[in-house]
Amino acid sequence: MFNFPIGDLFDTLVRFLRDNLGPVFDGISWVLDTLISGFEFVIGVAPAIVTIVIFALLAWKAAGKGIGIFTLVGLVLIDAMGLWTNAVETLSLVLVSALIALVIGIPLGIVASRSHKADNLIRPVLDFMQTMPAFVYLIPAVFFFGLGKVPGAVATIIFSMPPVVRLTNLGIRQVPVNVEEAGRSFGSTPKQMLFKIQLPIALPTILAGVNQTIMLALSMVVISAMIGAQGLGSPVYSGIQNLRIGQGFEGGLAVVILAMILDRVTQALGDSSSK
Amino acid sequence: MAHVEIKNLYKIFGPNPKKALELTKEGMSKDEILEKTGNTIGVNNASLAVEKGETFVVMGLSGSGKSTLIRCLNRLIEPSFGEVFVDDEEITKVDQEKLREIRRKKMGMVFQNFGLFPHRTVCANVEYGLEVQGVTPEKRREKAYEALELVGLKGYEESKPDQLSGGMQQRVGLARALATDPEILLMDEAFSALDPLIRKDMQDELLLLQEKMQKTIIFITHDLDEALKIGDRIAVMKDGEVVQVGTPEGILTEPANDYVRDFVENVDRSKVIKAESIMRKADAVVDTKDGPKSAVRKMKNENISSIFVVDKSRKLKGIVDIEDAMKLADKGEKSIESAVHQGYPTAGPDELIIDLLPKATDSKYPIAVVDDENRFLGIIVRVAVISGIMGEGGNNDV
Ligand SMILES: Nc1ncnc2c1ncn2[C@@H]1O[C@H](COP(=O)(O)OP(=O)(O)O)[C@@H](O)[C@H]1O
Ligand SMILES: [Mg+2]
Repeated sequence: MFNFPIGDLFDTLVRFLRDNLGPVFDGISWVLDTLISGFEFVIGVAPAIVTIVIFALLAWKAAGKGIGIFTLVGLVLIDAMGLWTNAVETLSLVLVSALIALVIGIPLGIVASRSHKADNLIRPVLDFMQTMPAFVYLIPAVFFFGLGKVPGAVATIIFSMPPVVRLTNLGIRQVPVNVEEAGRSFGSTPKQMLFKIQLPIALPTILAGVNQTIMLALSMVVISAMIGAQGLGSPVYSGIQNLRIGQGFEGGLAVVILAMILDRVTQALGDSSSK
Repeated sequence: MAHVEIKNLYKIFGPNPKKALELTKEGMSKDEILEKTGNTIGVNNASLAVEKGETFVVMGLSGSGKSTLIRCLNRLIEPSFGEVFVDDEEITKVDQEKLREIRRKKMGMVFQNFGLFPHRTVCANVEYGLEVQGVTPEKRREKAYEALELVGLKGYEESKPDQLSGGMQQRVGLARALATDPEILLMDEAFSALDPLIRKDMQDELLLLQEKMQKTIIFITHDLDEALKIGDRIAVMKDGEVVQVGTPEGILTEPANDYVRDFVENVDRSKVIKAESIMRKADAVVDTKDGPKSAVRKMKNENISSIFVVDKSRKLKGIVDIEDAMKLADKGEKSIESAVHQGYPTAGPDELIIDLLPKATDSKYPIAVVDDENRFLGIIVRVAVISGIMGEGGNNDV
């Protein structure tokens, strides 16, 4: 059968980008690196127990007493397993990646909601991003950014962005027609429509997207560890490689604890916004 | 100069409005055009002129183009062809900036399912129009409170819309539209989503408010009773076309075609038709100065058993029965004055038939129709009240 070298073409494209856009990738790399290190510093600077108590209090305030206590117990357990430093690394990577995914994704969602053309353009890209196995992002990420946290963050950003784009788009499109008409009938500018009507009404849906994006970002932890992003993925990854089941389990448990905390807290934020 | 004027307005939804326009001008029907070209005729060559201070109702079955028409006025829907004027300004020509200005200052709109902002308090909803204009928070709060008081919602300022009943929500909608003090109110089936009783309350309240405000109101409804009650004039739409424009009575008594006739067939006419349109000019009256003999003669000529008595300026003085007049004539009295008595029903020209009915049945005399200064305008005999309700014949020929 006749053979179409898509792989070769892709190689060429990636090589071309690296050779010609080197400074751009260096810039991106620097920004991500600085942000992640910054987060790591802030979260890691105080003794673990101090930070844990602060987190527990924040969780309590945002999501209630139960989640507050769970946060306290869960994080203390992570520390007791000797994984606090890894957790700080993971949390920093996940939060920075999710934050960037949101900063890019929410405006993209807004754009998609305002024009059918943009929607038709963005939708297949999102499908592609979501259905591609996450491992695939590792290859170009490593190629452009080398090994370490930065390519991990890049892969995480790409993988976790689709839900918030989709749900921002959906939330705005779900604003009832006559509510939107009412807004326009009073002479709102497009900007007033967006900030005074569409975004506030779409907020619960957007926050559901934020929650999913954070969860997806967290799900990349182990995969990122494969390219040297460290964090909680490392003990899992090396546990698998060396058949040290207990060590792998500890890392996995810590990831689950972080996931539950982040999930409950962001969900609570969404619920309170829809009241 | 009309306050709001529409000239040859078309709205055609679909891929090829130009083609659809040609076909509709050739007389092809809405359904045929949809089948042939995939274009839906929303509004078809509508022309209307609404006067300042008028309550103008647009009525028609669902899908007849009412909502599309009213949205063309503030360009929530862009008209395909034709012109819309407000105060001489051609709305269809202005740029977005100017359009926003007109929406902000001149027109307020009330929606069928209220269209309230669910994330804002009642007060913040009402403030919205002023907020987008950049009015200071203190000032707009003050205006919002005023508007809410006007619609009877004092004390609910800090509630969320979903905590209120449907009727109250629509009061918020009305207050929101009134808060910017627009000259023109656009109301698209504003009361259609409400229960009948609440709906009636809202209609009454709108009429009361309108007496004070004298806005130009364009009110959409599919309900004839509502149209007849609220409208100074009514336009009837069918398949995007305006098929008749007239006063409520005009629509009822002289429907322009079968569509309108079907529409008005089941209406409760007694609540619409007024005394003046079923009264008969009473040519046979006697003057207070007339003698009994001439009174008797007039009654005999007209074949009636009693006659109304008026003075020089046609003020109604009373009524005389034929037996009494004959007795006076026999006694040789010069004046009928001693036989003039009251005891007959009266009505104003604007009184509705439904209110005349008991008067007509309780008295053996006809109803005397008099104006504010008690000037005699005409009479209504019992049979005229009945036939008025039945819708047989409009005027005079009873
Ligand atoms: N956005 C739209 N796209 C296509 N057709 C529409 C649209 N809006 C209304 N129409 C059509 O235009 C006609 C008039 O609709 P509408 O003005 O809503 O009627 P009404 O308010 O009298 O019920 C209907 O046939 C309707 O299907
Ligand atoms: Mg409608």
